Amino acid sequence: MAQHQVNYAASGGLPVALTTVDKIVNWGRTNSLWALTYGLACCAIEMMATGASRYDFDRFGVIFRASPRQADVMIVAGTLTKKHAEFIRRLYDQMAEPKWVISMGSCANTGGMFNTYATVQGVDRVIPVDLYLPGCAPRPETLQYAVMLLQKKLRKKTIFNRQKPKRLV
Amino acid sequence: MMRPYRPKDNVQKKSYYTDRFWVAPKIPKIDVKEDEVFASDTKKIKEKFDIKDAYIQRGQLVVEIDPKINKDLLFFLRDELEYDMLMELSAIDYLAQSGEFEIFYQLLSMSKRKRVRVKCRIKENEAIESVNSVFRSADWSEREMYDMFGIVVNNHPYLKRLLMPDDWVGYPLRKTYPLQGDEAAQWYEIDKIFGKEYREVVGPEMRDPAYINENDTNNFARYKHEVPKGAPADSEPIEIDSFNEDAPLVETFDLKKSKFVNRDR
Ligand code: SF4
Repeated sequence: MAQHQVNYAASGGLPVALTTVDKIVNWGRTNSLWALTYGLACCAIEMMATGASRYDFDRFGVIFRASPRQADVMIVAGTLTKKHAEFIRRLYDQMAEPKWVISMGSCANTGGMFNTYATVQGVDRVIPVDLYLPGCAPRPETLQYAVMLLQKKLRKKTIFNRQKPKRLV
Repeated sequence: MMRPYRPKDNVQKKSYYTDRFWVAPKIPKIDVKEDEVFASDTKKIKEKFDIKDAYIQRGQLVVEIDPKINKDLLFFLRDELEYDMLMELSAIDYLAQSGEFEIFYQLLSMSKRKRVRVKCRIKENEAIESVNSVFRSADWSEREMYDMFGIVVNNHPYLKRLLMPDDWVGYPLRKTYPLQGDEAAQWYEIDKIFGKEYREVVGPEMRDPAYINENDTNNFARYKHEVPKGAPADSEPIEIDSFNEDAPLVETFDLKKSKFVNRDR
C-alpha cells in the first residue's frame, strides 16, 4: 500500500467529477462543430457574416474549415448547380463520420427561385440533410439558431449507437 | 407545375401576354449618310468587301455580311478603321423562322467613340470561322456560343463547353430547349452520381415551391395541429411541448389579482 493517504471521497480532495460518457463526449462534440465552408451563392455572404466578429460563430465552437477531412458539419449555403452536384457528393463522402448537413436558404432547400434546367432542385436530391433553414437569404441569427438546434439534436443522442451510415439511396 | 403567371403591373404599354396579335415595333433603319464617320467607314468597307447591307440603328453602324468573310472584315475593321475592341459576340436562334442562326460581333472604337455591329447568318449545320486570331476576347465567347447554341467554330484553339458540363445533352439557349430541361437535364445529377437505375428511388424533381400535401404527415405539419409523424392526417393532434424551449418564458403578472395570468414562450 502506498504510504501517503489520499481520501478521494472527501471534499477538498483531488478534483474528481463524475459524469456519463455520453454527456462528456456529446459535450465535446456539440461544442466543436467544425463547419465545412460551402458557400455557393449569395447565402455565402450571410454565412461569412455569421463567422465574422459581429455575430461570431466561434462562440459556438463553429470554426470554418476549408477541408472536408476536418469538418463535422457541412453548411450548404447557396444555389447548387447540376454541374456542381457531383462535387458536393464527393466532398460529402470525404467527410469523416459522424457528419451532418445544414441546408441554408431556399436554393439549397428546394432550388428556390431558380426553376431552371441547370439548378438542382434541393440538395437533398444528392446528399442527406439534417436541418433545413428557410430564408433568402437567412439572417446570421437564423444560421446560429440552426447550429444550436443541431447541437440540441446531438445532445439527445447516445454515442454508443454507431451512427448509421447516412445513405440517400 | 408552376402557377400561371399573371402580370399585375406590367410596364409594357401593349401587353404581350394578353394581346396575341401584338407585334413588337422594329427599330427604324437610318441611312449611313446621316453620320459622317459611318459614311466614310462604310465606303471604305464597300471598296474591299462585298457586304449585303449597311445601315444605322440606335446610333450604331450595322453591317450585314456573308459568314465567309467575317474574319477578314474584322481584321480590316480593327487595323484600318480603328475598331479596336470586341465587346461581345454571340448568336441568336432564328431556326423557327428561317432555319438560321444570326451571329453578331459588337465592336467599339476607343478613338472614334463609335460602335459597329457585324451580323451574319449561318444555317443550322454550318460552321463559322473563329475570330480568335483577331480579338483574343473571342475565345470564351465562341466557346459559350458553341456551348449554348451548338454552333461549331472552325480553327478555334480549344473548342469545349464553357458553362455546362462536358457530358451535357442539348444546347440550352436554343428556343426549342425547354426551360426546365429535357429528360437528360432533369435526371442529370442522379444519373451522374448514383446511376440511371436510381431514378426511381430518388424520384422526379419537385418543381412547385408552393406544393403542400396535407396527407403526407412525414414531411408536412399543420401549425398547432401536429399529428405524430406518419399518422393519418385526421388523427388526434399531439401536444408539442415546445418549438423553442430555449426561448425565455414570457410571464404576465396581474398586479390587482397578484398572480401570473399568462405564461407563454
Ligand atoms: S436562397 Fe436566396 S440568398 Fe440564398 S443563394 Fe438562393 S438566391 Fe441567394
